[in-house]
Amino acid sequence: MGLTRRAALQAMLTAGAAAAGVRPATAGDRPPADAAGLLYDATLCIGCKTCMVACREANGLAPDTTASPHGLYQAPLDLSVRAKTVIKLYRDGPVQSFVKAQCNHCIDPACASACMLGALDKREFGIVTYDPDLCIGCRYCEVACPFNVPKFEFASRTPKIVKCELCKERLARGQEPACTDVCPRKAVVFGRRTELLKEAKRRIAENPGRYVPRVYGETEAGGTQVLYLSHVPFEKLGLPALGDEPAPQLARTIQHGVYRDLIAPMALYATAVMAMVRNRRSENRGREETHDDGAR
Amino acid sequence: MTARAEPIGGRLVTAASTALVGLFSLAAVTIVWRLVAGLGATTALNDGYPFGLWIAFDVVTGAALATGGYAVGILVYILNKGRYHPLLRPAVLTSALGYTLAGVGVALDVGRWWAIWKVPLYFWHWNFNSALLEVALCIMAYVAVLWLRLAPVLLDPLANRNERLRRAIGRFTTALDRLSIPIVALGLLLATMHQSSLGTLMLLAGSRLHPLWRTPILPLLFLISCIAMGFAVVVFESALSSVAFKRKPEIGMLASLAAIIVPLQVLFVALRLGDLWWRGDLAQLLAGDGRSVVAAFEYVVFLTPVVILMSARNRRDLGALFRAAMGMMFAGALYRFDTYLVAFNPGAHWSYFPSVPEITVTVGLVAFEVLAYIVIVKRFRILAAPRVEGQAA
Repeated sequence: MGLTRRAALQAMLTAGAAAAGVRPATAGDRPPADAAGLLYDATLCIGCKTCMVACREANGLAPDTTASPHGLYQAPLDLSVRAKTVIKLYRDGPVQSFVKAQCNHCIDPACASACMLGALDKREFGIVTYDPDLCIGCRYCEVACPFNVPKFEFASRTPKIVKCELCKERLARGQEPACTDVCPRKAVVFGRRTELLKEAKRRIAENPGRYVPRVYGETEAGGTQVLYLSHVPFEKLGLPALGDEPAPQLARTIQHGVYRDLIAPMALYATAVMAMVRNRRSENRGREETHDDGAR
Repeated sequence: MTARAEPIGGRLVTAASTALVGLFSLAAVTIVWRLVAGLGATTALNDGYPFGLWIAFDVVTGAALATGGYAVGILVYILNKGRYHPLLRPAVLTSALGYTLAGVGVALDVGRWWAIWKVPLYFWHWNFNSALLEVALCIMAYVAVLWLRLAPVLLDPLANRNERLRRAIGRFTTALDRLSIPIVALGLLLATMHQSSLGTLMLLAGSRLHPLWRTPILPLLFLISCIAMGFAVVVFESALSSVAFKRKPEIGMLASLAAIIVPLQVLFVALRLGDLWWRGDLAQLLAGDGRSVVAAFEYVVFLTPVVILMSARNRRDLGALFRAAMGMMFAGALYRFDTYLVAFNPGAHWSYFPSVPEITVTVGLVAFEVLAYIVIVKRFRILAAPRVEGQAA
């Protein structure tokens, strides 16, 4: 069975309301219980780009015409501050596939791990959302994201980070994200991550040979809430071969290893103080006269 | 027989200082332009290369070149090598100036600069997973510690104004003196923390950082090389000061400082190569592509000063010492620059080369630092008086 979107949405929103309020930053490897996401099936996508138009309208973004001659067409080439989602085409001889790019809403996002004040953080439904009030525009999230997703309004005097937030305002109104709402082929659908994963695996099982037998996003970089099915290797679609380790794991292990319970810094501080106290004592013993200020 | 530090005096308006003022003025105008017009209008930064010259040079490299106070502090306070005391004050001064300008660099680089005060004050939002947060907080605290260490020296001339001021400054200095151990220890701790975390920071770039630079020991490598850079800067600056201000160089002291750097440089190279071998990436060094050539060049630059300083005669020659110190500073700077810019690969369709305004600001800030140093050593008790008796060391 497919997902009855309306029902899934309804169920999710009730669960979400129960878990409303400030969620602690998830630093684990498990998706939050209410994790929502997208399932994109490249074999169904016809590249009509309706999702791009709907996304732009829903998010109030100006059309990106920079790549078209005389600025005539809305034609973003990649994710940008004016395009939170983009349909790209991969072609190699007779083999071709479209692919939809947007934030993958990692289960353990590197951008949120980077963010000093948590302007980017996993909030309701595990959506990686952005709060400009907590952002100083350092752009460390852009360095951190393995998918090159967050974009920064360099051209603005009051720049913000721009990225897909899974239409959180629409969700709050009981609507589904704009891109899934308009997709004529249901190539991209919205739902609970657990349901989407089940659906993806069902499609693979029921259509042998149709898909690369793997769901991209199930484990990549610790798992993402946006999942992909494809008939061409994922790397060809610009979905990098990342290990199963969450993207921020190594940096976090080192940072927390060094600063575990603040033992190392405190030990270092204590050692420095003790060394100086001992040095001063031996110095005082060394010379009889009262110690003057000397050169410091 | 510690030599007493004295202002070296002399005219403030010289050809050199005028040129420095000119460079800084250009930068000041550019800074205003950047703050008003935004980053897009003034820099070459983009979504592929969100970190550019200001982060890689002004902040990361600038902070590492400002570790003189840290390096000499370890020597004098922890290892109790009192004879290096005369080098401490000028080293702390360059550190204070360098870190302050690194802070200015950050403030210019962040897109939402008017909100920067939230970082230290919104403590209930602090994300302790963020190496950048730790670096930011440590650097802010460290700048305060450095200026506090210099405060008695900088307040000194005020003491001659009147009796009340003299007594107030005296009390402040005495209080600071009593607290000197906890304050100095805090400074050393903060420097250790943020210098290593500057390495941890780029680990988050993950697979987009080239394997020749991406290693879990990045924080350790950053720490070791920053200490080597700190000593190198002190040698460089002392040698330069002795020539520029016609003072007797402390050759013996500088020679033994330079000798400390040799094992640090060797340790750095050994750790880095050992780590590459351990991870099975050693062959990448010979790949022949652009980044592997840059990496190989780094090793050469790291080892050149070691070769220069192997000869005992070179170690007692001011010119050779100066060249070796410059080589070490360059090595550490290059390593940082590469880790933050060259080794970072966001994808083939992205490119970055600093814009003219970016370069103008960087040059102008360095000019300001040099200018401030010259003015302060001419008017305040920073440099130890030239020794009349023979070399003690």
